[in-house]
Amino acid sequence: MCLGIPGELVGPAGGHDDLALVEVSGVRRRVNIGLLEGQELNPGDWVLVHVGFALSKISEDEAQAVLAYLEGLGQPYEDEIDALRASDIT
Amino acid sequence: MRFVDEYRDADRARALAAGIAARCRPGRTYAFMEVCGGHTHTIYKHGLEDHLPPEVSLVHGPGCPVCVIPMGRVDDATHIAGQPGVIMTSFGDLLRVPGGTGSFLGAKAAGADIRMVYSPLDALKIAKENPDRRVVFMAIGFETTAPSTAMTVLRAAAEGVPNFSVFCNHVMIIPAIKAILDSPDLRLDGFIGPGHVSAVIGCEPYAFIARDYRKPLVVAGFEPVDILTSVHMLLGQLAEGRCEVENQYARVVPWQGNPVALEAIGRVMRLRPHFEWRGLGFIAHSALAMAEEYAAFDAERVFDLPGIRVADPRSCQCGEVLKGVLKPWECKVFGTACTPETPIGTCMVSSEGACAAYYNFGRFTRDRTRGPAGEREVSRA
Ligand code: SF4
Repeated sequence: MCLGIPGELVGPAGGHDDLALVEVSGVRRRVNIGLLEGQELNPGDWVLVHVGFALSKISEDEAQAVLAYLEGLGQPYEDEIDALRASDIT
Repeated sequence: MRFVDEYRDADRARALAAGIAARCRPGRTYAFMEVCGGHTHTIYKHGLEDHLPPEVSLVHGPGCPVCVIPMGRVDDATHIAGQPGVIMTSFGDLLRVPGGTGSFLGAKAAGADIRMVYSPLDALKIAKENPDRRVVFMAIGFETTAPSTAMTVLRAAAEGVPNFSVFCNHVMIIPAIKAILDSPDLRLDGFIGPGHVSAVIGCEPYAFIARDYRKPLVVAGFEPVDILTSVHMLLGQLAEGRCEVENQYARVVPWQGNPVALEAIGRVMRLRPHFEWRGLGFIAHSALAMAEEYAAFDAERVFDLPGIRVADPRSCQCGEVLKGVLKPWECKVFGTACTPETPIGTCMVSSEGACAAYYNFGRFTRDRTRGPAGEREVSRA
């Protein structure tokens, strides 16, 4: 639960205004972007996703570096991705 | 990918290690606390202490939210889970955390409906899909997670989901750091500040550490090179006689934090007068409860809780480990009675707990006979 996982914004997810479709580690998931209110967000932007919420906007370089780091973590990262796959927020 | 190269760069790490050694004053030792469990994990996984000169030691702090949950709160949650019609939800990290009467895992095996979720919003969804059940989200975490809980409660209120409530156990990092600074048994020279917590609270709340306690703090990223850079920056401040808050992790942490997140916390939660931290005891104004306006979503008001305080097991030395006074392997039950499969203390449960991190990655020979924390216990194999 403490890991922030980078995801790439795909577009609006429909439904609630705060939801966006984000691609995280090859999976597309709805993510809540309400905490980034007031910031400009466009498809292709990267965000750090924490328990279903985008917590901050990051650069693509940073996103790739964080992903490489997370993959190196092994089990804790796999657990987090499994939890995320099972998640289906609305 | 410039950053990947830069941050996976062994040459850069070597240069930093040399720079760190060069900044150490002969005859002086330095103890820096990394507050965040994520940093502890990186340090052990990459054997970072092995790249540091013997004068510099890293002391592991209380920044793993799973580790600081007191046993009584786990028992309260298990009690709620046992009430008729209740679905208890929480993060997977909590499954094995022992309370006085057992863990979620045990309660689940005994028939309680306890479900692991990725997000508090998943818990809210379960509530909407099961209107005849009472769905409780056991919220844990520092300021990184609290905004997500707050936003979820705001959604529940806006949409009117009466069968949803939150058992709020959010804790705050600043009062914990202050408690450590005020504890007499620890000498620290500076802090490696948490990354994601700071993305929410920003860097300003740490100012008192530099101003009132004269200790430098550097907010740091999670990669090995980030941590080495932060140690280098801390030593630089000390060498120049400066005591400041610096931000090594500006790639993610804005100096002012995330105002939307802080506002959400401020709307939905209020400070508790005091809260018990596992191993550290009661710390004033160190945790959040649900605000009066959201009482209908507050599991502490919706349910009658036993609220019994449970003393930590006698064999457990988590308090000393969480304060950085003892290294994990110095605990009497480490690796024998206490392992990740059968944890006695919480530091062994989460992969970010110091004991679990060391248990999983410890690959150095340790000299148990050498002095107190603050001295170097790592001898190279
Ligand atoms: S070894 Fe177990 S009991 Fe000892 S400090 Fe670590 S978690 Fe606590």
